[in-house]
Amino acid sequence: MTMQTVGRPTRPEIPADAANDAPAPSDAARGLAQYEPLIFELGGWDKTGVDFAPQDLAEAADLSDLAGLIRAEPLALPGLSEPETLRHYVRLSQKNHAIDLALYPLGSCTMKHNPRLNEKMARLAGFIDIHPLQPVSTVQGALELMDQLAHWLKTLTGMPAVALSPKAGAHGELCGLLAIRAAHEARGDGRKTVLVPTSAHGTNPATAAQAGYAVREIAQTADGRVDLSDLAAKLGPDVAAVMVTNPNTCGLFEREVMEIARLTHEAGAYFYCDGANFNAIVGRVRPGDLGVDAMHINLHKTFSTPHGGGGPGAGPVVLSAALAPFAPKPWVVAAGDGFALIEEARDEAAGALGRLCAFHGQMGMYVRALTYMMSHGSDGLRQVAEDAVLNANYIKARLSVAMTTPFPDGPCMHEALFDDAWLEGTGVTTLDFAKAMIDVGFHPMTMYFPLVVHGAMLIEPTETESKAELDRFCDALLTLAAAAKAGDAERFRGAPFHAPLRRLDETLAARKPRLRWTAEG
Amino acid sequence: MRFTKDHEWVEVVGDIATVGITSYAAQQLGDVVFVDLPSAGKAVKAGEELAVVESVKAASDVYAPVSGEVVEANSEVAETPETVNAMPESSGWFVKLKLSDPAEVEALMDRTAYEAFLSTL
Amino acid sequence: MRYLPLTTDDRAQMLGVIGAAGIDDLFVDVPAAARLNGPVDLPAFASELAVERSLSALAAKNRPAGAGPFFCGAGAYRHHVPASVDHIIQRSEFLTSYTPYQPEIAQGTLQVLFEFQSQVAALTGLPVANASMYDGSTACAEAVLMAHRVTKRRKAVLSGGLHPHYAETAWTLAHSAGVATTRLPAAVNNEAAVIEAIDADTACVVVQTPNVFGQVTDVTAIAEAAHAAGALLIVVTTETVSYGLLKTPGEMGADIAVAEGQSIGNGLNFGGPYVGLFACRESLLRQIPGRLCGETVDAQGRRGFVLTLSTREQHIRRDKATSNICTNSGLCALAFTIHMSLLGGTGLKRLAQVNHAKARKLKAALAAVPGVEVLTGAFFNEFAVRLPKDAAAVVERLAAKDILAGVPYSRLAPKAGFDDVLLVCATETTLDEDITALAGALKAEISQ
Repeated sequence: MTMQTVGRPTRPEIPADAANDAPAPSDAARGLAQYEPLIFELGGWDKTGVDFAPQDLAEAADLSDLAGLIRAEPLALPGLSEPETLRHYVRLSQKNHAIDLALYPLGSCTMKHNPRLNEKMARLAGFIDIHPLQPVSTVQGALELMDQLAHWLKTLTGMPAVALSPKAGAHGELCGLLAIRAAHEARGDGRKTVLVPTSAHGTNPATAAQAGYAVREIAQTADGRVDLSDLAAKLGPDVAAVMVTNPNTCGLFEREVMEIARLTHEAGAYFYCDGANFNAIVGRVRPGDLGVDAMHINLHKTFSTPHGGGGPGAGPVVLSAALAPFAPKPWVVAAGDGFALIEEARDEAAGALGRLCAFHGQMGMYVRALTYMMSHGSDGLRQVAEDAVLNANYIKARLSVAMTTPFPDGPCMHEALFDDAWLEGTGVTTLDFAKAMIDVGFHPMTMYFPLVVHGAMLIEPTETESKAELDRFCDALLTLAAAAKAGDAERFRGAPFHAPLRRLDETLAARKPRLRWTAEG
Repeated sequence: MRFTKDHEWVEVVGDIATVGITSYAAQQLGDVVFVDLPSAGKAVKAGEELAVVESVKAASDVYAPVSGEVVEANSEVAETPETVNAMPESSGWFVKLKLSDPAEVEALMDRTAYEAFLSTL
Repeated sequence: MRYLPLTTDDRAQMLGVIGAAGIDDLFVDVPAAARLNGPVDLPAFASELAVERSLSALAAKNRPAGAGPFFCGAGAYRHHVPASVDHIIQRSEFLTSYTPYQPEIAQGTLQVLFEFQSQVAALTGLPVANASMYDGSTACAEAVLMAHRVTKRRKAVLSGGLHPHYAETAWTLAHSAGVATTRLPAAVNNEAAVIEAIDADTACVVVQTPNVFGQVTDVTAIAEAAHAAGALLIVVTTETVSYGLLKTPGEMGADIAVAEGQSIGNGLNFGGPYVGLFACRESLLRQIPGRLCGETVDAQGRRGFVLTLSTREQHIRRDKATSNICTNSGLCALAFTIHMSLLGGTGLKRLAQVNHAKARKLKAALAAVPGVEVLTGAFFNEFAVRLPKDAAAVVERLAAKDILAGVPYSRLAPKAGFDDVLLVCATETTLDEDITALAGALKAEISQ
């Protein structure tokens, strides 16, 4: 069997002190921390918090045009008045960590400040209240905005074309690989393999599989980069594409990226770059100058559209001249003194990929991202990359006195990677250490990723942290590290002690899935 | 009982081989939460994917240690996957195979050899 | 720069701690040939006021739906969203948090997802729902792939009433996975043709109700035919408000229900971001794509919620994952959940009734226009009409009179031979005088 044993937690150990702990109230408030039941337990079964005009309701009784296809049972969902609804969701909100509360150092996720101007602009009636299928003559400003966003993305990446419609990073990866597949097929070339480094994010192999490819892994060198000799050995007439994240998931720039591109092209394959970490190099490096054929850009990372508890994202894909004809529809073109929306492919090549989603992509995210880009400008975006890299190297320098790094030589880019060698013999694991960070007010860093580093801890501060906050963070981690080394394992094994909940039983959740509320309980 | 380097075990009675994963594997995986077993009648060759075992943190493929046709899948581990952790080398078996090439069994490690192999990991 | 806290002094001090002479020392790994020595050719930084002016100027070039008569539907719907919804989703703790991978400090997001899943299950009449997809069209495509995984068959039958964008999106994903799609010709009523197309290779049948022409269909017979052939039935709904009145996909025998959830809590946004709903039968649970939130307990026995069954997902299963999806549509799902919590079953039913009543008024008004033929029989809040002229041209001329008359079918499918078909929609936001204005303008346009 395959033995994947690194990973996330299983079942919480009941900490030694649990017996002495006063039993935590499971249904009562503690200070400002309110207990909050599910909406289904609040009793609003025959209520509603939405009013309708009495005349509208009076006219709404005739259902004869529904051909009798009426719900058999009344819809069993509770409704709440506005004050109840606000209290319910505000109480829930207070159980979340957020960037606006404290540094959120999730490596590879880029939790940076979300400017509120972006939110304000996205809510202008001219953006939020326009229909995707209105006549294009009535949405010229929207098309112009898409055209401007495309111009910024193409200029920043040095690439000639961009497909805007992918709805998130993984959707962008799929767009890029399907364009690559269409380009090969247009030549009658049925290549079947995609090469992906072992350190890649899980979406890379998953996307390659979804695009119909077999995945082969490329080895990594001792200094955390793609092993060129392994790449060269695995390239061949069956390889359709090489997918490399740059800067990579170890937070390092692929020094040999241009050689990777050259070898890839020499073998007749395309070079897909995962642009999840573009925020480290925006304004300082153009991927187009590195030989990239396709790269997605997570607008929710580099260009600060909010993560929103897991989405929505947006994943436009910049394309080289060779792949541009195979972009998905639709796209915007300048036409006369205005803009047109091309929703049907004009020739077969353009039709090869088809459509990735209904309508035209994540307009609400385009507005936010363009607002952010215009705010920073070309000089500010360059400063964004420089400060992101400076902050990460500062953390690496300050924490390296107590924690070990797998790749100590040379600078990192936008994130600093540590391993768990320094925890050996303390009885504290990466997971324990991360959970203890919660007790001192920080969100844990990314753990156990990338898979190639044992007990990995990946810290990405982003450029929107002040030096004071970085110092507060480093001081807190150094204090925790000293406690771990001093043998205070109990502080870690049961952590967190001061969060709304203690560790959760993920085994129980997976063995007996309960995925919705039911009246039976 | 015979063993593979991929931590499957096989025990043969007549021409029926019972297959499972070893105690070592079960312990390494952590809490098993789900086992996806093949249906009776499926033919597999040695080394092919036979089942999938999921813990909270990982999903692992289990390979057929020998070739044959599935005659029975263990409904107990499908319903209560914790059996795999509790008794991996007895009640926690995965499938019974009707052997197509009994000679394959002889090529596998015995317990002494498997334990020696484990000590090298 | 207002978003960058570091001062010049900070930067100098930090470089000192790092032991670097300057910022360029931190970019030494970039090949010399690819280093940019100065800013690229784009405008320099701008004040908040200046950016606000630029964006407002762009917004002003668009005609908002709420600015006058408006009858567009066909997959995106204008509804009133209560003010409290937008207020709550802008709270920092929801807006600026990440995927809830650390459940101890993400119970807010997790409990919302659990409530969302419970609501979607009740709405669709199916027991298992995931924590959202990108939108309805990608949820539909993922459902087709899921049916292929479950049945191991390689053919999907797409009804002629399925939204053409959905059919094209499903084709893209199915094609790359080696699944063939049989897309039936566009038609208002599809039941017989769909049943006819099912065979022993069919993995799934995809039927939309209300369909793209607004037709409300009882899919029970299709479900029976699909199941008899060993295929799954996927029921698609683009107008979630219809769930307040109509027979659910679960009641009609659907194995998987997918829907566009934008109507509840989310604005039109020119097509995105939206929120895909995805629900299925219990026995298909292990093949569901995307995130799932489940109930459990913490170390002290208190109820809590976690992301669960994640071994299906890309970050663990990599190339064997059920989908490559990572990001979902969390904040849109939150907006959906809040709006749905305000409505409740009682409010959604009323909302659905008002929508239906407005559409009946619209139908009466348009049916009275000489030359206009209503094509849809049973309908919820949208229907198709045949005009004696090219529908796209009529829509364009009415837009010049500031009436957004609906969606010409040719906009969705130029080669379907439905150039004279117009899709119109009315919701609770439609005013009686808007209906009068449309009917009058249409009459004038046709008689010209």
